[in-house]
Amino acid sequence: MKKLKTHFAFLDEGSKKEIRRATLKAVAIPGYQVPFASREMPIGRGWGTGGLQLTLSLVGKEDVLKVIDQGADESVNAVSIKKLVHSTTNVELTEATEDATLIQSRHRIPEIPLTKDQILVLQVPMPEPLRTYEKKEYITKMLHAEKEYSGIWLMLFEQIMKYGRTSTDADHPVLVNERYVMAPSPIPRFDNPKMHHSEALILLGAGREKKIYAVPPYTDVASLAFDDYVFQKEDFSGEACHLCGATDVFLDELVDDHTGKTIYQCNDTSYCVDRLNKLEQEEVSTVDA
Amino acid sequence: MMLEEPILSVKNLSKQFGDGCRRCSDPSTRDLIKNYCPSCGMVFACRDISLDLYPGEILGVVGESGSGKSSLMKCLYFDSDVTSGELYLQDEEFYGQNLWTLSAQKKRYIRNHKYGMVYQNPVHGLKMDFTSIGNIAEKLIAAGNRNVDNMKMVGEKLLDTVHIPLFRMKEEPRNFSGGMQQRVQIAKALSNNPPVLFLDEVTTGLDLSVQADVLDLIKRIQREFGISMIVVSHDLAVIRMLADRTIVMLNGEVIENGLTDQILEDPIHPYTQTLVYSLL
Amino acid sequence: MGYVAVKGGTNAIEASIQRLKYERLKGKEVIEVETILKTMRQLVDQVMSEASLYSPYLAALAIKQAEGSMEEAVFLLRAHRSTLPRLYYSQTVNTEAMFVERRISASFKDIPGGQILGATHDYTHRLLDFDLAAETKADIEKWTNQWMEEIKEIESHGELKHFPKVVDYLREEGLFPTYPLNNENPDDVTKKSLAFPASRSERLQILTRGQTGAVTSLGYASLRGYGQVHPNVGEVRVGDVPIYVASSNENTEAKDDEYYIGDVKLTEVESFVPVTTKNERNEMELNFEIGYGICYGQNETKAIAMSILDQCLENQDNPFSTHDEEFVLYHIDSVESTGFISHLKLPHYVTFQSKLDSVRNVKKGRAEDEKA
Ligand SMILES: Nc1ncnc2c1ncn2[C@@H]1O[C@H](COP(=O)(O)OP(=O)(O)OP(=O)(O)O)[C@@H](O)[C@H]1O
Ligand SMILES: [Mg+2]
Ligand SMILES: [Zn+2]
Repeated sequence: MKKLKTHFAFLDEGSKKEIRRATLKAVAIPGYQVPFASREMPIGRGWGTGGLQLTLSLVGKEDVLKVIDQGADESVNAVSIKKLVHSTTNVELTEATEDATLIQSRHRIPEIPLTKDQILVLQVPMPEPLRTYEKKEYITKMLHAEKEYSGIWLMLFEQIMKYGRTSTDADHPVLVNERYVMAPSPIPRFDNPKMHHSEALILLGAGREKKIYAVPPYTDVASLAFDDYVFQKEDFSGEACHLCGATDVFLDELVDDHTGKTIYQCNDTSYCVDRLNKLEQEEVSTVDA
Repeated sequence: MMLEEPILSVKNLSKQFGDGCRRCSDPSTRDLIKNYCPSCGMVFACRDISLDLYPGEILGVVGESGSGKSSLMKCLYFDSDVTSGELYLQDEEFYGQNLWTLSAQKKRYIRNHKYGMVYQNPVHGLKMDFTSIGNIAEKLIAAGNRNVDNMKMVGEKLLDTVHIPLFRMKEEPRNFSGGMQQRVQIAKALSNNPPVLFLDEVTTGLDLSVQADVLDLIKRIQREFGISMIVVSHDLAVIRMLADRTIVMLNGEVIENGLTDQILEDPIHPYTQTLVYSLL
Repeated sequence: MGYVAVKGGTNAIEASIQRLKYERLKGKEVIEVETILKTMRQLVDQVMSEASLYSPYLAALAIKQAEGSMEEAVFLLRAHRSTLPRLYYSQTVNTEAMFVERRISASFKDIPGGQILGATHDYTHRLLDFDLAAETKADIEKWTNQWMEEIKEIESHGELKHFPKVVDYLREEGLFPTYPLNNENPDDVTKKSLAFPASRSERLQILTRGQTGAVTSLGYASLRGYGQVHPNVGEVRVGDVPIYVASSNENTEAKDDEYYIGDVKLTEVESFVPVTTKNERNEMELNFEIGYGICYGQNETKAIAMSILDQCLENQDNPFSTHDEEFVLYHIDSVESTGFISHLKLPHYVTFQSKLDSVRNVKKGRAEDEKA
């Protein structure tokens, strides 16, 4: 048997073209889930194949790629995806958010604001925000078409009745461009506001569910909330990163091995490292001065 | 009152279940048992029904079981498609448009903003797995309300009106008795003060004291909010109490139509006569 | 010098992959792809069927690489399939022209052409054969030679036979409705994602590439009570069918301008299902419909289960989940179900932190309410 060579960026050009066409449509209709013929990828369905297909259809030789999972460049699945893209494209990899032109991420949007020269690709497990309320795709499609969203509002209302507040965690639904209710992917509520008027193009890909959708730059994105029960991000008030001292970032909660106490640390690892290096620089320069 | 334009107007509504066969499609060879074609099983649930509902009035619909009352209501509320006919609503936005030809989105809008409905079977009107207060809020949310405290206030008031104890408002109707479910449904239908309200056998299955309260409530909201209603019942006593005008249905057709008092005093059709005499 | 992120992930993955390789190699035995191909016929068939890629050699290679894991082998082939350009659709396959190896009807004893048991496990007694533990090449040689001798006579007076479809016999009697041939190109589920209501061609494609266990379970559930299809197996046939593609020369319409590209082995099932239909006078009548099942290789259980589900999905006006096309079609794919279940192994630290925050806030709110 002759050994087959894999194509640049794995997918054949026909597939890439089809994915890009779906992507263009998604950009043209912000928040609308565009169906596409999702390919089987060499990583598991549910392990970021939607994001991966977007990345592979977009990546060119000039691109600089960053892949993160749970905020970390070194998370095993991020490494695995990076490895796959790199081995089929040879593109430059980076951990520095500001250096990347293409960022694929699972469950986080980086802490530093993204720019108009960057594209953020988010991996999506369940693209349908109405699924908890209505199990049939045939019907949810109709509900979107008719902009009939009382069901999802009712879910939030029920939470308030039962628990005194909305009890959503990650993947808190958003209204995009005042038209489509959209699942922002399981990013924490902390990251939802970063979607609003984002300078970078945000693309969301669900491989198993075969949907692509988008938040184009400068689009209105509002987290669903009632007038008298405002949307609330995860609360880290009073806490700071034990390494770099950052506040107002999404923090991981850890237990200190020695003291047994709860400590906090930046979830965005490259952000933390960057801050540490800058702090060190300042110290050096003050010593020099 | 009759000089006004009707708020809701039905013209020549027909509703069939089934495609029909050669025999029943042709009126001359049609040989129905009541409203049923024995050779193909087709049901003529509503046949050429026309009616007008005037602002602020309660229109009663009586008729025996299976005469097509619920089918009529479901067509009016867009739950089922009609076979043929026209429906007009006196409303700036939809003036002169046959509502049955509108898009699903527009129909939904009308349901959410212009209509209230209480189904004969509460399963159709309630989400049995959501709280009772949530069920009421659903209607308000659909009509655009985004204020939780306001919706809660409205819901509490309505639940109180229909005698659902407030400490049970966060329970699911699934756990309620049939009569309680019916009352939650009424509260839900009333929540957004719809200009048009459909009530299908609302008091059936309620005990007499609650029944009296509900009838009172219906009278009151008619007076206070000027809501126009179509009230379906097989119980002429209920119709007598509520309806200004009444139509009588038999086998899918309207057989009599007039002021309620007149129909009660001087029924013309033999079926209506039987119905009225049995009440006395 | 500066701070750098720890390289834990990269190293861990590298080490894990090495360890996996060691697990495959530590027994110090080489299994030839050829051996798998020649001895694991039904495993190879099943992998090809679930992967929807007909290539016994690649399937055997995948089985070797996956250390015999079905879900992994199927996954490997599917991923490989993604890299291949798709150049042609074949001409419609005529299964009546199948080179039949096995063909039975559970509905009629005497079917035109006769019943042919062929190779089947059905009548073996499932007793472990301990002799196989010491089987030698010489044993195999001896047995096959002897068997070849025995069947020589039988073969000599047999001639190539035509096996008409059992259903045609009943169709002539008017028990099955006759439909005009539908020569429309099927909707390709690998090129266009499913939308509902799905076309029959889409449903059949998803069913035929479904995970054997999943298709069987749902067919079984339907049969046992969670469904309303009560089939008789009209015909099961197993054998090779030739595949042709049309000439790319569009000007020629000649029939013989198609290219033979090879054979595939198929299992095909036609189940007979009684249904209520209406005649031209709109009166109700009892009639038969066909539940259709087909898959690569010999996999009769899956094909029969598929024929049940095909009829279930033809009659969706039914409260059972087995008649609900979204329920059936969305959940039987091996790569999708195993992928999503196994993704739960991925870290969910961020979502959990978010959930913690939410639960704590609810608790805090309660406590404050109680104080107030
Ligand atoms: N989904 C359906 N399919 C077939 N026939 C139907 C359907 N729904 C209603 N029907 C038939 O339509 C006719 C009218 O039914 P409908 O429910 O409108 O009667 P009704 O006047 O409301 O009776 P009741 O007083 O018992 O509620 C009946 O013969 C019924 O069998
Ligand atoms: Mg009724
Ligand atoms: Zn930090």
